[in-house]
Amino acid sequence: MSGALDEEDARALAGREVALIDLLDRLLQGGVVLAGDLVLSIADVDLVRIDLRAVIAPVDAGHPAPPLP
Amino acid sequence: MTESAQRQHMVYAYAVLRPTAEAARAVATLRGVADEQVGLVETGDLAAAVGPVPAQEFEEGALRAGLEELPRLEALARGHHGVVAGLAPLGAVLPLRLATVYRDEDRVRRVLQERRDQFLPLLERLAGHVEWGVKVYTDPTGFSTADAAATADAAGGEEALSPGRAYLAARRRRRRGAEEAWHTAARTAARIAEEAGGLAVGRVAHRPQRGELAQMAGGGTVDGTKHGGGPADAGNPGGGTAGRGKPGGEAAGGSSVVPGGETAGAGKPGGENIANDAYLVPADRAEEFRSRVLAAAEGRPGVRVEVTGPWAPYSFALPPEPAARREPV
Repeated sequence: MSGALDEEDARALAGREVALIDLLDRLLQGGVVLAGDLVLSIADVDLVRIDLRAVIAPVDAGHPAPPLP
Repeated sequence: MTESAQRQHMVYAYAVLRPTAEAARAVATLRGVADEQVGLVETGDLAAAVGPVPAQEFEEGALRAGLEELPRLEALARGHHGVVAGLAPLGAVLPLRLATVYRDEDRVRRVLQERRDQFLPLLERLAGHVEWGVKVYTDPTGFSTADAAATADAAGGEEALSPGRAYLAARRRRRRGAEEAWHTAARTAARIAEEAGGLAVGRVAHRPQRGELAQMAGGGTVDGTKHGGGPADAGNPGGGTAGRGKPGGEAAGGSSVVPGGETAGAGKPGGENIANDAYLVPADRAEEFRSRVLAAAEGRPGVRVEVTGPWAPYSFALPPEPAARREPV
């Protein structure tokens, strides 16, 4: 990719229209969890699991499973 | 940053990547969760894409409160994803989990240094790969046809039954139909997993999607096989929560497009999500992956398959944890 991306392209790449639930599967269960001087990571946000459970059932601390070998 | 600027702003971190000139140019075009200009924090051979965000919105209490409101959560998720997706074409990016916030850039640098031995191999592994999502649903529309045929076959033998017995027989049949639909879908899901696994280098099973958001997500119609519409009251083979919510709502209507997603199978939304997997696929096999997965579902009534992506490798940004649970297929 060249550096010639303008803001429009970047927004288009951002795929704003992906389904929210697919996005939350990845953002709440995937992604690197950092620790240390972290102020807050969603891994600690138990309230989200409780209050949004009806809407976002997949939020679950036990996931994701490891990749297959 | 001055002391007072530090108090007004915190640092939202999006992703870990290599500090290349390309990366610097890419972040320069990106704005983040607070519409802030994204930049790089670098330390040696690693960098993090970060942005300054207002402390009053992103300190712990405000963030916790905000994340409980769906519109706020959605805005945050889409803002985060916008940055990660903007960096994904660079080839190797480790997305961070949503809402990773630090007090200042020095702390981000320190974490990069501390975790360098983990990040470098992960970046290496993910370079040149994309993530695809593959979701398999039971398809009530497809099975209503088979159900109708079964009803017709059985009808002759039931003329002798009393209305009550006939009702019970019909109900049993419907229940068997639902079970059969589920098992058929599960078999197809296994076949798809096999096909997909042959092209992928990694697989992560997410929990099947349920609830209101799942209702909004499923839908769209692409080159699916055609099935005659069966009786409208054939029932939802899934029978679970996925069947409730917004039956045939506009959001899931057959004419809607699934952005970034393609479906195969009968073209109607609905049904129960029975598999929700993510696959890590070499970028040069990405299109082959999508077409072969969709082809594996062609001509199979009772099943609908949706492929989403390509995604940045969110689901593979964690080191393998043997203790984690895996969903049965």
